[in-house]
Amino acid sequence: MTLAPAHAGWRFRQPSVIPGFGLTLGFSLAYLTLIILIPLSGLIWRSAALGWTDFWALATDRRTLKALEISFGTAFIAAAVNVVFGTLVAWVLVRYRFPGRRVVDAMVDLPFALPTAVAGIALTTLYAPTGWLGKLLMPLGLKVAYTPLGIVVALVFIGLPFVVRTVQPIMEELDKEVEEAAATLGASRFQIITRVLLPSLAPAIITGFSLAFARGVGEYGSVIFIAGNLPYKSEIAPLLIVIRLEEYNYPAATAIAAIMLALSFAMLLVINLVQTWSRKRYG
Amino acid sequence: MEVRVVNVRKEFERFPALHDVSLDIKSGELIALLGPSGSGKTTLLRLIAGLERPTKGAIFFGEEDASQKSIQERNVGFVFQHYALFRHMTVADNIGFGLKVRHGAARPRAQEIRRRALELLDLVQLSGLEKRYPAQLSGGQRQRVALARAMAIEPKVLLLDEPFGALDAQVRRELRRWLREIHDRTGHTTVFVTHDQEEALELADRVVVMSQGRIEQVGTADDIYDTPNSPFVYSFIGESSSLPVKVENGEVWIADRPIGLQAPHAPSGEAVLYFRPHDVDLLDGCSGCIAGTVAASRRVAGTRRVELEIGGERQRVEIELPVDHPAAQKSRVAFRPRRWKLFPVA
Repeated sequence: MTLAPAHAGWRFRQPSVIPGFGLTLGFSLAYLTLIILIPLSGLIWRSAALGWTDFWALATDRRTLKALEISFGTAFIAAAVNVVFGTLVAWVLVRYRFPGRRVVDAMVDLPFALPTAVAGIALTTLYAPTGWLGKLLMPLGLKVAYTPLGIVVALVFIGLPFVVRTVQPIMEELDKEVEEAAATLGASRFQIITRVLLPSLAPAIITGFSLAFARGVGEYGSVIFIAGNLPYKSEIAPLLIVIRLEEYNYPAATAIAAIMLALSFAMLLVINLVQTWSRKRYG
Repeated sequence: MEVRVVNVRKEFERFPALHDVSLDIKSGELIALLGPSGSGKTTLLRLIAGLERPTKGAIFFGEEDASQKSIQERNVGFVFQHYALFRHMTVADNIGFGLKVRHGAARPRAQEIRRRALELLDLVQLSGLEKRYPAQLSGGQRQRVALARAMAIEPKVLLLDEPFGALDAQVRRELRRWLREIHDRTGHTTVFVTHDQEEALELADRVVVMSQGRIEQVGTADDIYDTPNSPFVYSFIGESSSLPVKVENGEVWIADRPIGLQAPHAPSGEAVLYFRPHDVDLLDGCSGCIAGTVAASRRVAGTRRVELEIGGERQRVEIELPVDHPAAQKSRVAFRPRRWKLFPVA
């Protein structure tokens, strides 16, 4: 390696001989600014106009804190559940050939396509104390609809395709020979899964988790039907924003939104860093 | 460890990949399975490893019937063409994997595993790279790590599936010599698959030539090259030329002329004559010889390859001449094979 002269300073790494770097980067930045950055900075701007003491008072309001806790907590649990079962679904779809596989494969995408309100209403009908599933769960002391558990159920439904669709292609690329190599070295089936397969799927699983989680935090349509929306119990932050808006309490709405934004950004950033780190290691 | 393959047949969804194959491998031997693609050589190797189960027949490791054992229990070292390293593990962890997954008392202590890994890394001449990940290694280095990983479990047999197939020619030659050295030093019974005859002939104690799911011939490099036992082996190994001939009263004829070759034990009738293009005597006059008009002449490295058209049927054969031989300038060349073999037309 040769050392660059000290006065050269920091420079872009030469991207490639094919032209277009300047143009595409310029376009991407302009586009992201227009679509994401301007609306979001509007939000920051509005909440900044509040002043620090007002903002803090609104942010630490007990109802707000509880709503944020419910939103992030249920989204986290739902994403975790999806990681387990989404990976399993992907495994079945990739590894086995059975009649109706294509139908099952297509079904995974339904939560993407379905209007979320429809999903919410359908789930509520099923899990309400009088619904098909709710009726069966009631005697066990499990109340799903109108509780945080109901929110988790809705978010699991919404988030499933994110995990399946990110893990599936990576799983398809897994080299069969790597498993065979592990077997010849004496590893049991269980050891092969935990020590060889899952670690190589980890980056994809983390991506799936973060997508499902982000979607869960922002989900509104399906949740409000099943949650029951009791303040302090099953009221999610996006709903609280809508409530504040309907009260014409714009400062409170923007404050909650700004906090959600900051939290989401921080968490996604951390997940991204974990990703980069694992990519660097495993190539 | 001695390995015996006894009457093994393997079908993939009714399609036979191996027909009734038997093979004895002596302890400490280095064996090459050589054949064109689709000849069943990789299937045979995978059967020995336990990665496939035979449809019929059995495989013995020593006196034990290994066909009843799972892959994990067989204790074989397998090296794949595309290395199949664990990319999320360092080189040292890759090599130690086979020891780490053992249970209870069979598992060495972490320190011992590490010591073994470093020792093997030294054997494959990659000392100092133990902290690298496979993505940071070259193809040749990866294949060495794969070999070290396979040897870490002290396998009964070492099996290599086209181990150098994905590497460039230079690295290939180097690794070939190096594999021979390692084999001589460690003495593992080793079987490797290749479609490269040079690799097989140069490296192996004995070569198993396979074609269409059958073993054609087993022998040393000399046996295989000098006394091929079938038209397939004759044409697959080295250069060869062939001509349709007729045998009558122990003499070989082309069309209506005897060519001066005696075959007292060959049955009369149609046959095919095989010979090596470089193994011929050039003749001046032609009383009992093969003569043909020069159709093409090419310079290949140290020799000149001349293509001749023989007889009214214009059968083409190739012979090799020294570069400066005057015959190359002539329009008609007469020759007689020095060593040759007849195979009756099936």
